[in-house]
Amino acid sequence: MAGRRALSLAAMSRLSWRYLWRNYRRTSIMLLAIGVGVWAMIFMTALMRGMVDQMIADGIDALPGLVQVHHPAFRDDPSIENSIPPPGPQLLAALGSPPVEAWTGRVKVPAMISSERNTRGVTLLGVDPAGEIALGFDPASVVEGRFLEGPRDPGLVVGRKLLERLETDLGKRVVIMSQDPDNNVADRGFRIVGVFEAKLSGHEERQAYAGLATVQELLGMGDQISEIAVTGGDYRDVTALHARVREPAGPQLEVLPWTELDRYLGLMLGVMDGFVLVWVIVIFLALSFGLANTLMMAVFERVREIGLMQALGMNPSAILYQVLLESLMLLILGLLLGNLLAIASIQPIRNGIDLSVVAEGFEMMGVSSVLYPALKMQDLVLANVVVIILGILTSLLPAWRASQYRPVEAIARN
Amino acid sequence: MPNILCNDLCKTYRQGDAVIKALDHVTLEIEPGDFICLSGPSGSGKTTLLNMIGGLDELDRGEISIDGQRVDQLSKGPLADLRLHHIGFVFQAYNLIPVLSARENVEFVMQVQGVPARERRRKSMAILKEVGLDGLEDRRPAQLSGGQQQRVAVARAIVSQPKLVLADEPTANLDSVSATHLMELFRELNQNHGVTFLISTHDERVMRYARRLIRMQDGKVISDEIQKSV
Ligand SMILES: Nc1ncnc2c1ncn2[C@@H]1O[C@H](COP(=O)(O)OP(=O)(O)OP(=O)(O)O)[C@@H](O)[C@H]1O
Ligand SMILES: [Mg+2]
Repeated sequence: MAGRRALSLAAMSRLSWRYLWRNYRRTSIMLLAIGVGVWAMIFMTALMRGMVDQMIADGIDALPGLVQVHHPAFRDDPSIENSIPPPGPQLLAALGSPPVEAWTGRVKVPAMISSERNTRGVTLLGVDPAGEIALGFDPASVVEGRFLEGPRDPGLVVGRKLLERLETDLGKRVVIMSQDPDNNVADRGFRIVGVFEAKLSGHEERQAYAGLATVQELLGMGDQISEIAVTGGDYRDVTALHARVREPAGPQLEVLPWTELDRYLGLMLGVMDGFVLVWVIVIFLALSFGLANTLMMAVFERVREIGLMQALGMNPSAILYQVLLESLMLLILGLLLGNLLAIASIQPIRNGIDLSVVAEGFEMMGVSSVLYPALKMQDLVLANVVVIILGILTSLLPAWRASQYRPVEAIARN
Repeated sequence: MPNILCNDLCKTYRQGDAVIKALDHVTLEIEPGDFICLSGPSGSGKTTLLNMIGGLDELDRGEISIDGQRVDQLSKGPLADLRLHHIGFVFQAYNLIPVLSARENVEFVMQVQGVPARERRRKSMAILKEVGLDGLEDRRPAQLSGGQQQRVAVARAIVSQPKLVLADEPTANLDSVSATHLMELFRELNQNHGVTFLISTHDERVMRYARRLIRMQDGKVISDEIQKSV
């Protein structure tokens, strides 16, 4: 007996294609359903990604940096005793080479700030403005006056909320009071030279920027600093950057990536990836009922033809493949439609959609009011792969049923 | 060349409370190159017998072998192969794949067999012409008359010259010119290419072509004779 043969792929495809369009309406409706489902997968994922990306990017800018170097005790007790010396030659060399793109040393101490009316606790930041900007501080966020002009700038830049709490104004003087390393009170008058607005309201209310050298002098700490903030490369993968800094920093310094500096923020990243998968699968499940039903109907209405093909010598397995191929065609067309819809609807809003109408609530969650959809290749591929794989799995049952019809059932009914 | 042995075939169908004996202890031997007509009243079991020989249905008892190969014991895959390579079918009612054109229907079996496209095309065009359908090759079954559809089915059954053709009422929808032409075609294949024919029919015109005439009634063979007149 001759070996088993099946239809060539070309012949099988032609058969599947014709069967697909035999019931034009049903196929169109199913195509539309898959298209809209896939659109929802990709579009919503892009919006959520955009939101979370923004949240993470803002969070990293506020830290700032992807990696920070501290005294091991600093994060528990951010006081002046837990400061570190400026980077030595080895660390400097590392900070000057890739993947490091920028770094800055900063002083960060608790302090009291007093206007003529009010006193508040703040975090006093002694910064090199150029380094601060390289690490993500947006100079445009200084909405009144100016940002610091150098490490020796005698001025002070405060958040708008803080300015309101202090009931003072740009150009007025305030007094900053903190402790020096010998636990003596150190204080100094500053003129407010700039007012900034921050995406995180906490920063606007509690942070004050002064020149690095000015603060070091005020606190009598020489050239000691509180932390080194480093950035470079993609925030999704900081292992190389972390290792690059970790090594020369030596064991007496604590070097941590942003995912550990802000655990909540780090968690968002992982949760988001999982969430995308769940979202894609949930939509697919909704689709799968329609898909299975469509195929079942398509198969059921041609019981006789399937029987006939088997009677003519087509193998049951070839019947199975033929139905699967039909389903694959439907899926691919639906995916094509869905991807096009998604890209077409994301394109016009790629420069952001303004959510300021509902933005109050978002800002409290640390989300900015303009949403930038982020269409990621990874998410696009995930949606397509999930639909194809689960789609084929869903089609297995109808296809298998089709292959099990007995030929005689097709022709016996005269 | 097939040598077909049917031994003590029985098949009953249940319809409600009634039990119908479609085949009732049928024993039959078909020699290679024979030309046989199967006649008998409606419901006498002709279609059932053809289906059994083609391995399309399961027997209640008895055995069928083709060239020593037990058809009733083959599983689905090998049965499909047997039909594909050795048997041409013309079914009584439902014959054509509606989404394929006449020519594609004729080519279907050759496609499954893996015959190259050019050869398929040549053979299908020739055979369609032979059965009087040239010019209608690209029509779908729904655009053909009953008789035309029947001829497409016949063309498909004989196009790759199987060893055995099982034809169930192949002339049922044909006018007498077409019917005669078809029978001449069958006879030519039988005499020059040794194709064995087993044809179920009510049609006197068809029976005249048979070398051997088998009559059935109530699932039994009631007569089986060689005709001298051919
Ligand atoms: N699938 C089936 N289910 C129930 N009964 C069936 C089935 N197939 C055939 N029968 C019955 O078996 C008997 C024999 O049927 P068969 O089709 O073999 O007759 P036939 O000789 O081909 O008749 P016709 O000349 O009308 O085609 C009939 O009584 C028929 O009703
Ligand atoms: Mg019949």
